[in-house]
Amino acid sequence: MPEIKVTPLGAGQDVGRSCILVSIGGKNIMLDCGMHMGYNDDRRFPDFSYITQNGRLTDFLDCLIISHFHLDHCGALPYMSEMVGYDGPIYMTHPTKAICPILLEDFRKITVDKKGETNFFTSQMIKDCMKKVIPLNLHQTVQVDDELEIKAYYAGHVLGAAMVHIKVGSESVVYTGDYNMTPDRHLGAAWIDKCRPDILISESTYATTIRDSKRCRERDFLKKVHESIERGGKVLIPVFALGRAQELCILLETFWERMNLKAPIYFSTGLTEKANHYYKLFITWTNQKIRKTFVQRNMFEFKHIKAFDRSYADNPGPMVVFATPGMLHAGQSLQIFKKWAGNEKNMVIMPGYCVQGTIGHKILNGQRKLEMEGRATLDVKLQVEYMSFSAHADAKGIMQLIRMAEPRNMLLVHGEAVKMEFLKGKIEQEFSIDCYMPANGETTTVTTNPSVPVDISLNLLKREMALGGPLPDPKKPRTMHGTLIMKENVSFMLVSSEQALKELGLNEHQLRFTCHVQLQDPHSDADTLHRIYTHLKSVLKGYTIQHLPDGTVIVESIVIKVSSSAEDSNTKVLLLSWSYQVKTWTLFLEGLPMQSKPGSSPNHLVIESLF
Amino acid sequence: MAAHLKKRVYEEFSKVVQIPHEETPAKKLRLSKPSKSAALHIDLCKATNSTDALQYLLQFARKPVEAESVEGVVRILLEHYYKVKSCGYFFSPFFKNRVDKSRIPSVLKKSQTANDDDSFFQETDNSVRLKIASLLGLLSKTQGFSPDCIVDDAINTLSNEKSHQVLAQLLETLLIIGTQLPESPALRLRLVEVAYKHLSDTYFGVRNKCLQLLGCLGMVDAPLGKENEGAGTSLGGLRDVQSIISDYFGDQDPRVRTAALKAMLQLHERGMKIHQIIYDQACRLLTDDYEQVRSAAVQMVWVLSQLYPESIVPIPSSNEEIRLVDDAFGKISHMVSDGSWMVRVQAAKTLGSMLQVSPHFLEQTLDKKLMSDLRRKRTAHERAKELFASGEFSSGRKWADDAPKEKLDTNTVNLIASGACGAFVHGLEDEMFEVRIAAVEALCQLARSSPSFAEKCLDFLVDMFNDEIEEVRLQSIHVLREISTHITLREDQLDTVLAVLEDSSRDIREALHELLCYTNVSTKECIQLALLELLKNLNKYPTDRNSVWKCLKFLGSRHPTLVLPLVPELLSTHPYFDTPEPDMDDPAYIAVLVLVFNAAKSCPTMPALFSDHTFRHYAYLRDSLSHLVPPLRLPGRKQVYGLDSVDSGPGSGSVESAQLFLQQSLNRVSTIQNLEAPGAQDLLDLTTRDLLRLGELQTELAGAADFCATYLRCQLLLMKALQEKLWNMAVPLCLKQNVTATAAAQQILEETYKLEFLYSGLESRQVATIHHVRLQAKALQLVLTARTRQGLDLLIGSCEKFLQDVESFQRLFLTELPHLQDSFVDKLLELMPRLSSCKPVELVKILQTTLRQSGLLQLRLPEQIHRATATIIEPTGESDNPLRFTSGLVVALDIDATLEHVQDPQNTVKVQVLYPDGQSHVIHPKPGDFRKPGPHRHRLITQVYLSHTAWTEPSQIEVRLLLAYSSSSTSLTSPSKLGWSESLESLPPAEAAVEGTIPFSKAVKVFIMPKPARR
Repeated sequence: MPEIKVTPLGAGQDVGRSCILVSIGGKNIMLDCGMHMGYNDDRRFPDFSYITQNGRLTDFLDCLIISHFHLDHCGALPYMSEMVGYDGPIYMTHPTKAICPILLEDFRKITVDKKGETNFFTSQMIKDCMKKVIPLNLHQTVQVDDELEIKAYYAGHVLGAAMVHIKVGSESVVYTGDYNMTPDRHLGAAWIDKCRPDILISESTYATTIRDSKRCRERDFLKKVHESIERGGKVLIPVFALGRAQELCILLETFWERMNLKAPIYFSTGLTEKANHYYKLFITWTNQKIRKTFVQRNMFEFKHIKAFDRSYADNPGPMVVFATPGMLHAGQSLQIFKKWAGNEKNMVIMPGYCVQGTIGHKILNGQRKLEMEGRATLDVKLQVEYMSFSAHADAKGIMQLIRMAEPRNMLLVHGEAVKMEFLKGKIEQEFSIDCYMPANGETTTVTTNPSVPVDISLNLLKREMALGGPLPDPKKPRTMHGTLIMKENVSFMLVSSEQALKELGLNEHQLRFTCHVQLQDPHSDADTLHRIYTHLKSVLKGYTIQHLPDGTVIVESIVIKVSSSAEDSNTKVLLLSWSYQVKTWTLFLEGLPMQSKPGSSPNHLVIESLF
Repeated sequence: MAAHLKKRVYEEFSKVVQIPHEETPAKKLRLSKPSKSAALHIDLCKATNSTDALQYLLQFARKPVEAESVEGVVRILLEHYYKVKSCGYFFSPFFKNRVDKSRIPSVLKKSQTANDDDSFFQETDNSVRLKIASLLGLLSKTQGFSPDCIVDDAINTLSNEKSHQVLAQLLETLLIIGTQLPESPALRLRLVEVAYKHLSDTYFGVRNKCLQLLGCLGMVDAPLGKENEGAGTSLGGLRDVQSIISDYFGDQDPRVRTAALKAMLQLHERGMKIHQIIYDQACRLLTDDYEQVRSAAVQMVWVLSQLYPESIVPIPSSNEEIRLVDDAFGKISHMVSDGSWMVRVQAAKTLGSMLQVSPHFLEQTLDKKLMSDLRRKRTAHERAKELFASGEFSSGRKWADDAPKEKLDTNTVNLIASGACGAFVHGLEDEMFEVRIAAVEALCQLARSSPSFAEKCLDFLVDMFNDEIEEVRLQSIHVLREISTHITLREDQLDTVLAVLEDSSRDIREALHELLCYTNVSTKECIQLALLELLKNLNKYPTDRNSVWKCLKFLGSRHPTLVLPLVPELLSTHPYFDTPEPDMDDPAYIAVLVLVFNAAKSCPTMPALFSDHTFRHYAYLRDSLSHLVPPLRLPGRKQVYGLDSVDSGPGSGSVESAQLFLQQSLNRVSTIQNLEAPGAQDLLDLTTRDLLRLGELQTELAGAADFCATYLRCQLLLMKALQEKLWNMAVPLCLKQNVTATAAAQQILEETYKLEFLYSGLESRQVATIHHVRLQAKALQLVLTARTRQGLDLLIGSCEKFLQDVESFQRLFLTELPHLQDSFVDKLLELMPRLSSCKPVELVKILQTTLRQSGLLQLRLPEQIHRATATIIEPTGESDNPLRFTSGLVVALDIDATLEHVQDPQNTVKVQVLYPDGQSHVIHPKPGDFRKPGPHRHRLITQVYLSHTAWTEPSQIEVRLLLAYSSSSTSLTSPSKLGWSESLESLPPAEAAVEGTIPFSKAVKVFIMPKPARR
């Protein structure tokens, strides 16, 4: 039986370093090539030696698909393609291709320039790697080679995030990447058609969470900002540069517009500006509202949000500042925080999760006195708020996607093992399909039952159609006669037997069944035959019955002959002969006016063929 | 197979021959105008190949065909269909004998079948046949043509047709014929038979059409089988339409499945009771792969749930049973999270109309159990409620505020919502705003019928106020208003609602004011909060003044007891000290007073808390803003009280008496027989004055009174112009009088246009009266022209024009003529033959005498007459600060006006800007600038652009609204509008269309100052 094998090199029962190998129909595909945020050593990147010890990856992989631009999905890309060596096609969507190098460059800068690591990929490598990328459009079917085709679906999550449908023959796999089933202010919801894949590989970050409506969150957020501004306070929102930052920008921008507010909003400059440019460009990847209104005004051309300058932090009056990075552990956001922490009118809003040890985490836990470097302490008087704006599907969303795609098997990645366990149980219970959750390096094998397409010759089909009723009943299979020809390198052909014989250069062998029936009839042979003929003619209406001059009666393909037996001229021997095609034949010779000897011969004769 | 077909063909032909009514249409054809059909016939004869023929047919299809010649045309088409002309020996005899032509199809078939059925001629090109088939359908739609005579031919063609597309088109034609002839059950039966026969076609289009045919024509009352027995159809079964259609629910083609569902729905619409068995099948189709099918299935399930709400259906995989409507509700709720947004919209809409669903299920739609890490979490709504209950205010200061509580049992968590769970939660968060709007509307419908549900959905609706699309926000505010009778807002909810008051969109704010008018709040803090926010709103958007005041009026009168404890604070009174008197012109102070006074109306203890200046201010506001400040019983102010009671008590009785008075005045006027009777003028004068005053006093009758007054004024003017002495003098002597008379005629004309277009609710009779006055004015003009001008040509021209006017009057008001006995027109029409032949001078003489002799036409009042009025709210015209702008550039002036009783304001209302130098601009507002807040009420919010060359000092421009009219577009005169093409060709314009404008609002002055441009 054919099999599909899935091996996570990363993201198996884990978050980060997404990298999944799929073997399907003799093709090897790598899905995502990410890095792990938590490590600084070799564990940071997937273990490519799993694929091949020595030699280039190109020989073992048919293609690589990147789902979106987050570093845990594309961070190892230059390392893999340039340092390990991979020259095959790399697929990603247009926005991902545009934004991904910005992030990679930023990542490289931090690692090499700030942390001083050596043996890391260079800017040139990033450029070279991006040259190998083939961009994808939504719902565009791309033929990787003759058999392998991929198709991207919208996934929400971040700009350009895609789910991919990978298909070889009739076997298929869907990989979701990260996705979001609830639309937000700048992105739509993930959508997939009923493609019924053999395996659906889904992320499961929020496997055990059902989230509250986004409206409450948004409203709370806006209300807090608004109140603070009205009091004359300053609001600091530490964010990471891409993804949620744009969401919050849109949210505040529209709110400012609606409420006619005048207080300035600033965004710390840097890579955001570049990224915003792409956001403006890829309008088709955003949600309904932005797509519909961009002709009048592109929502990413912010009216109220301006670039931030260091000196603005000391300006009097209310303002809102977005600053990187998101956890207040370094950089501009920390500087601004230090300036503003002393005033209770001010506010800091943490829009995401904070890792332990960062200042963000400390203040969220209610610490009001912070020790800074140089033994100085900082009194935190400003208000600290927490708002979760995460763009992953929650448990309900995952279930909804399963319902949409109707997969035959389910495979969970990108989540914690304990949580997956729960979701797995739920999926198996609700949909009664198998669900797998392999760990890193563990291979899951799923046997498939692919249908084999066979070409049928039109003539044969028409002929067989004509035999049956007018309309084929879709619910009932129909049997038909034909010959299956399997040749090397040619797809299967179903043809009529004559044609098959011709093609193969074989002679036709006729196979006929015969049987003798004895009858008592005083008439002459010719007479008997004629009587049988007339009788049959009266009984079998709608069949062609012929009486040939050479003393035979032919009913369709059945031949009937009569001869007297040698001993008794009254005993006639009826010779019936039929070909093997005639499957079931019932002959009624009932009421044939024969002077049959009582008991010796049936005057009601039923002949059935052996088939 | 072939033999089978052959047999069928024979059968059909033998049937056709028996039909005897072929003679009658032949006669018809001869009677008919041969133009169209003959032209087509010749064209088609000329066509050498199918492309040509197709071209001719396409050309032909562009022009309409008269009902009488339809049949002939059909014959010709069929003839072409069978290619008669291509076989020469048929051609010549037909051409000679045109009568026979109509019989061709059947005749032809007879002869041909007799020869050999394989040589059956048909037009070989499919597209030509297709076009003919579609033309047949089009033709049978022609009004006044009864298509029963072509049914047989159509059916016959059907049975010979091989091409599937043409078959489908022919079936479509049959469908049209069938719907044209709803009264003939026999025909229907035949068509249904035909549909059965072709149901098993391999082409989806044919099956589609057959199903459509069954849906539209299938027997409603009785199962079809009984009638069927004799006919001996190929189906031979005793099956009814429904089960046959439902067989196609499982068709392999999704389009056919959709058609089957639609056909079933059609049956339902036609009144057939759909069997309950269908329910299961329809439910299965809810999971179809194709969205059209799912969408139709949702409708089907809904229909069944309305038909059998109380039947019991089992729940699969358990032995429980529930009501069908609940089951269907659950299933449709499920569709709210469908993959296709069309289906989601459909499902969300449908949910709103399932009112019989049990409350238990209904409430589930808003249910979404939250969890985090397998721990139960409370929703923000629940938290807010709890906080409110515990008395603590504000939230979210802590990180762990939403920390998960108890651990959940993994088995009880139901992830995939079974049934109705959370349907609306999903719908309201949907990606497409169409779905969200549908969900909001559904919530509204359900909440209106269930108070408890209204209570529950409140939080969700309030959340929608924050939607990204304004339309959704607006809709949810409207919805909340509609269900507000059921609910009382909590403080935290009110807080969220009020936050929207700062929205920059005027529509949103006004909708919210409207909502607050109807809202019940629970505590005095709420009132305070609302007042505070409204004042903030007033401060930020001063233009909202009226709306805010109105809102506070209702807020006060709804919650007198809640306002009472707030009064000292609101009026900032102090028990010991006198506080400074607030500024009476401050809109915020007025707002507070409006709230307090309205509360005081039903709270007699309140005035005791007022300070002296409050009473003074009351008196002032009662006068200046009487619509906002109610009459109060104030202690020690008997006088005011007494006056008020008179004013405040205009009960229904007074309306009646006013009506009576109006009628009496009119009757009095009608006694004037002769215009020259002594005292007639005085009487008219007096009555006009009375009526005008009546209109001012009794707003309900203002329209009618004004109308009558204007009419009488016209009469008075006419009377004065016709005064005797004027006419007896020689022309040169009375030049001055002539001038006044000309002016009077002109004024009467203008007034008649006002009468006709400014008032709504006029009946044909009043319009006739108005036109009659206009005719009189025109006659007067003619007479005056004859007296002053000497040019004979001019006179002849005016005479002819006048005669035309008289004719068109006669044509337009033929039905009204009996009412115009003894009037000017009546007399004129008597003399008409003479008039049209006599010389102009003679005509003028006749006119002069008739004018003077004709009596006053009595005015009959219709039920409701309303005068179109407009009030410009913005600009107010009070500002002393000129609007400064650089000359040569433009400045935008915001205009906000309410229009009452204006029909079709988008086309008729214009804005006129009059500059001090006499320049005037007329601006057409965009259709989108008009809103319709209520019946007969429109709101115009627009911007006009002003520009002028530089002035030395600021000056005032005038802005007013105009009502444009065009005399050719009176809706009353041509009640049944003809098709545009015909009306353009045939009817000459009744009279030269007079277009003009009537100013119908007071002019507002705006101070502007164009500065010279700086170089």
